[in-house]
Amino acid sequence: MAETVQSDERVKEISSFRQALIRPELGGIVGTVAVFTLFLLFAFDSGMFASQGVLNWSVVSAQFMIIAVGACLLMIAGEFDLSVGSMIGFAGMMIAVFGVVLGWPMWIAIIITFVICCLLGALNGWIVVKTGLPSFIVTLAFLFILRGFTIYIPQTIERKTIIGGIRDAAEGDWLAPIFGGKIGQPVFQWLGDVGIIAVFERGSREGQPVVDGIPMLIVWAIVIIAFGHILLTRTQFGNWIFASGGDPEAARNSGVPVNKVKILMFTLTAFCATVLAVCQVMEFGSAGADRGLLKEFEAIIAVVIGGALLTGGYGSVLGAALGALIFGVVQQGLFFAGVESSLFRVFLGVILLFAVILNTYIRRIITGER
Amino acid sequence: MNPEKAPIIQMKNIEKHFGSVIALAGVSLEVFPGECHCLLGDNGAGKSTFIKTMSGVHQPTRGEIFFEGKPMQFHDPRDAIAAGIATVHQHLAMIPLMSVSRNFFMGNEPVKKVGPLKFFDHDYANTVTMDEMRKMGINLRGPDQAVGTLSGGERQTVAIARAVHFGAKVLILDEPTSALGVRQTANVLATIDKVRKQGIAVVFITHNVRHAMAVGDRFTVLNRGQTLGTAQRGQITPEELQDMMAGGQELVALEGSLGGTV
Repeated sequence: MAETVQSDERVKEISSFRQALIRPELGGIVGTVAVFTLFLLFAFDSGMFASQGVLNWSVVSAQFMIIAVGACLLMIAGEFDLSVGSMIGFAGMMIAVFGVVLGWPMWIAIIITFVICCLLGALNGWIVVKTGLPSFIVTLAFLFILRGFTIYIPQTIERKTIIGGIRDAAEGDWLAPIFGGKIGQPVFQWLGDVGIIAVFERGSREGQPVVDGIPMLIVWAIVIIAFGHILLTRTQFGNWIFASGGDPEAARNSGVPVNKVKILMFTLTAFCATVLAVCQVMEFGSAGADRGLLKEFEAIIAVVIGGALLTGGYGSVLGAALGALIFGVVQQGLFFAGVESSLFRVFLGVILLFAVILNTYIRRIITGER
Repeated sequence: MNPEKAPIIQMKNIEKHFGSVIALAGVSLEVFPGECHCLLGDNGAGKSTFIKTMSGVHQPTRGEIFFEGKPMQFHDPRDAIAAGIATVHQHLAMIPLMSVSRNFFMGNEPVKKVGPLKFFDHDYANTVTMDEMRKMGINLRGPDQAVGTLSGGERQTVAIARAVHFGAKVLILDEPTSALGVRQTANVLATIDKVRKQGIAVVFITHNVRHAMAVGDRFTVLNRGQTLGTAQRGQITPEELQDMMAGGQELVALEGSLGGTV
């Protein structure tokens, strides 16, 4: 195609460097390389890159990734969701209430929780679309409403804010392992046997590898990233997501169902939050009223590091996933390197500022604004 | 313009009242396939209301619309678009952050099936976009070039090419040249000429007589919600058109003081 096009002498050739710059993932790629280089240099002997260490930061990164994908697609569609963190706490509590307090089979509890949370996400979107209010305000309201219920419900029925016993309730359930299980145990056993990864030297698990499988949380993260990336870049709906965030009025004039797109993206964000919540309660065996605190902001920061514009219409799921990876690696890496963990927040603030400045610059290049 | 041809769209005695304000007081117009019909008028003359009636945004208070000889009622812009009436607005339906090909197919994305799944057919979209743009005389760096990097005139051309590609029979251009420089205006006027030669009826709204004279086959002047008549190309001078638009006398006085530069 490109060879047949005569070039216009007025179109300045842009250097491949600038061309690379306008890829939304650039910030994420650079950041990932920098972060890994740094920790390989300064924390290599700390066990961070041994099998257990890798699993440790992979799980944390995967948690960020799951909610970042939802937040990313929603931000590209031009909206925010500040209720993600509260939704995580709320969804976990719903599982506990249905599965433990009411004693329903775990698979029913999980499915009903998904339905309720997705409907709440859709309600968020519906209110934003119908009232025309900024999603910032609407979802801020839901941040408090959902968190309030998450504390109120267990307080009222159990007189405590943490409900345990989920692991027992999930025993033998067919759906629960999809969220709380592990895959690839035989492979890891073999890796342990041939000595590639460490095995327990004594105790009841002697001879078993220290990492005995990949948690489903990581599998979910990979599946959701792949789904989000293909949806955004390879489908008609993906074009509508970009259009809805880029200029809703222009999109409507061209026949794009902007309201439907936005409501669906709010629903997807709630779905992602629920996936994380279910994986967490299955892992911990309990639901706590304070789960997911501040997660909404961490998701948004990961998305911005990944190159998405806060104003919508531009961004990348892969970028957001890299943003989440940077997060996970730094948060756990500082621990391995023995650095005071409160410095993680300093790092967050600094990197957020850099990412936003870089994105603004990139936006100018793309749109040719001066 | 061929007199044997039937008009593709006829607007008869269109009246539009907004409460107590009479925006249109009986405007008639017919447009033939392959002609460029210029609709001129000063601000507030009713041009916008009139074309919004034609494109289905407003329903006329009184009067009839015939499309391809049949009476038509447009309930909303979708009806008009489905019938083949496309409008390119002053404020374009283009998204600067998106690529030209994504914009070109926005709302009409080509789909490729892989098993039960449907994917955006980027190859097809890119090829068509490059082709259509080349036909209009614009060489893109590539189909993934963002619309934001195009000039105003090029954006107008993308919008026009898009309307034509999706089967417009009547193309309404709402002041496409009002915000453009000289070269860009020339490009848009050249595009209008290309579109007209494909047999598409063009309704060109402008208040710039020179732009109208450059491409127009016929000229209809609106003033205070009424038609001041339709003139053929060659039967009217730019000065006469200018006078009609301004409603006559005031401009004569003005022209004296400005030394004939208006």
